[in-house]
Amino acid sequence: MADATAGTDPNPKTGSTADAVRASLARRNRKQRTVQVLGLGAISFAFLMLFVLIASLVSSGYHAFTQTHITLEVFLDPEEVPLERLPRGGFDDVLEASLASVLEGVDPNDRATMRALGGLLSNGAQFRLRDRVVENPDLIGQTVTMTVPVSDPYDQLNKGLIDRETPEQHRRLKDFEIGWFDQLNASNAISKPLNTGLISNPDSRFPELAGLKGALIGSFWALFVCFLISFPLGIGAAIYLEEFAPKNKFSDFVEVNINNLAAVPSVVFGLLALAVFIGWFGLPRSAPFVGGMTLALMTMPTIIIATRAALKAVPPSIREAALGVGASKHQVVFGHVLPLAMPGILTGTIIGLAQALGETAPLLLIGMNAFITSAPSGPFDSATALPTQIFIWADSPERGFVSRTSAAILVLLGFLITMNAISIYLRNRFERNW
Amino acid sequence: MMNDMRKIDRDTAVSDTKIQARDVQVFYGDTHAIKDVSVDILDKTVTAFIGPSGCGKSTFLRCLNRMNDTIDIARVEGDIQIDGNDIYDPSIDPVQLRAKVGMVFQKPNPFPKSIYDNIAYGPRIHGLARTKAELDEIVERSLRRGAIWDEVKDRLHEPGTGLSGGQQQRLCIARAVATEPEVLLMDEPCSALDPIATAQVEDLIDELRRNYSVVIVTHSMQQAARVSQKTAFFHLGNLVEYRETGQIFTNPEDPRTESYITGRIG
Repeated sequence: MADATAGTDPNPKTGSTADAVRASLARRNRKQRTVQVLGLGAISFAFLMLFVLIASLVSSGYHAFTQTHITLEVFLDPEEVPLERLPRGGFDDVLEASLASVLEGVDPNDRATMRALGGLLSNGAQFRLRDRVVENPDLIGQTVTMTVPVSDPYDQLNKGLIDRETPEQHRRLKDFEIGWFDQLNASNAISKPLNTGLISNPDSRFPELAGLKGALIGSFWALFVCFLISFPLGIGAAIYLEEFAPKNKFSDFVEVNINNLAAVPSVVFGLLALAVFIGWFGLPRSAPFVGGMTLALMTMPTIIIATRAALKAVPPSIREAALGVGASKHQVVFGHVLPLAMPGILTGTIIGLAQALGETAPLLLIGMNAFITSAPSGPFDSATALPTQIFIWADSPERGFVSRTSAAILVLLGFLITMNAISIYLRNRFERNW
Repeated sequence: MMNDMRKIDRDTAVSDTKIQARDVQVFYGDTHAIKDVSVDILDKTVTAFIGPSGCGKSTFLRCLNRMNDTIDIARVEGDIQIDGNDIYDPSIDPVQLRAKVGMVFQKPNPFPKSIYDNIAYGPRIHGLARTKAELDEIVERSLRRGAIWDEVKDRLHEPGTGLSGGQQQRLCIARAVATEPEVLLMDEPCSALDPIATAQVEDLIDELRRNYSVVIVTHSMQQAARVSQKTAFFHLGNLVEYRETGQIFTNPEDPRTESYITGRIG
């Protein structure tokens, strides 16, 4: 009976706490939902932007991962390529003659036509043929089979980036040139293999030959030098500040300045490096060594801050345990605290190096955006780095560099994602619960 | 004549007093944490420090192996002697002192290393073993004294952090005795343990009394009554009363002691 009464009257006690709670409950729940919706919205927006970025890079960059090649039977005419004049010789002429022989309606004596025909092949084709003949002069007088890149406009045509419907005068390739290409294509001379040159070639003026080898090696040396300098110095400074430095005004001052240093715009470090490393010390321009030193200036504060955080995170009970059995301060730090802090330190270091890998402005100032057509053989050779290479390509007028710029950005992003993944793996793998 | 007198005094003191503290003051910055504490701690005896939270019992314990040195703002005054040697003398290195005065902490804190390495660490850094065999022997002896040998002898190379809480604490006690200390300080060694592990550690403390002077800080008056022979009651930084354990619990002299043990302050 009592239950029934209670059931008919859901609010038996008016003015009670329960009523007050009930009155405000809807409002509180609504607020919580609003926060959740806003948070989800923010995350969705971030993901959308990321998706747009990656999608636009992939949609313009995937063309650069293949390269149109042409396979030719080349007769090495001893008239054009005499043995005694090697390594000079009319390699371009024999290539053009070879093309003329497979195409219909080409007059080998019309110089203008022959020049236009030569424009079908990459500028590097004749050098590739030359290198092959120089290596093996017996080839002269024989017919060799060569697969060489076509020049950028034909590559674009093959990838469908040149619209055949465009009126001829607005098109980069004339009707007769497209006709040649279609003939060659019909005879199966054209192929579109994976563009290994993107990784294995150094930079070039010609998009079909340009690759990232110089930039990759340059970035490797710069990061290596950066690591060698910033890792020991950063950890040393952090250990001193965290474990040994007296806590006074001076160490506070140092700490504030290290935090400020981490916030200094990178272009300022570039100017500093230009003035000090190149101006005073006379170190070579454009060298990855100088680039690495400059990047180390920026990475060091990151490593110091990460190391100090990692050292702080080691529980005091471990220090006490070691001190309690009579370990000296030095033994406590190097035998116990530092090894336990190492995963955190490595995580911070990798993140710092990933930042350094993507850093462009300081490298521009020390000349690592030079046009260099050979990969560096050491840290003192002139080189570019991945981000500066992207900068150079983005600035180049040739159409082929549009897709190569996107492809280079994808390569850079690939390295950054790999490095971040390693640091996340390290953090999860060695994370401890005390 | 005077000198002779003092020598005789000291000789008699050494025979049963291990630690002699006189007018010890500890300051944390401006806070006066320990006020005028004078106490004689006996050899081969368990001495319990009891008192309400924040009374200074742990602080005083940490003066005895100079662990307060690691706190920048802490300042210790007064005179503490172990076997007649002033441990705050500039010629005494805290590292040397801590090898002689072992410490066990509130929370079991084994190194994240193997059980073997946990015990071997102290002897290694102090150079107590010349050969691997000697080190093995020290490890076994220490683990036996820590009453944990039988439980871990088959897995010496597994991490010490994988043991249960009570086993970890006995491992820490074994680690503390591995450097052959003369005094063993214990800062609430059972507060993180369940009743069964507590009983095991208490039995162990009673064993350890045969070889060491044991000083234990505890929150539990029952524990003080169970394991100690002498008890010191601290209140607000003062040593209020220091007597035989039986007397302090049955017949306290100071009203503050009586209030504490009957549960009126604390």
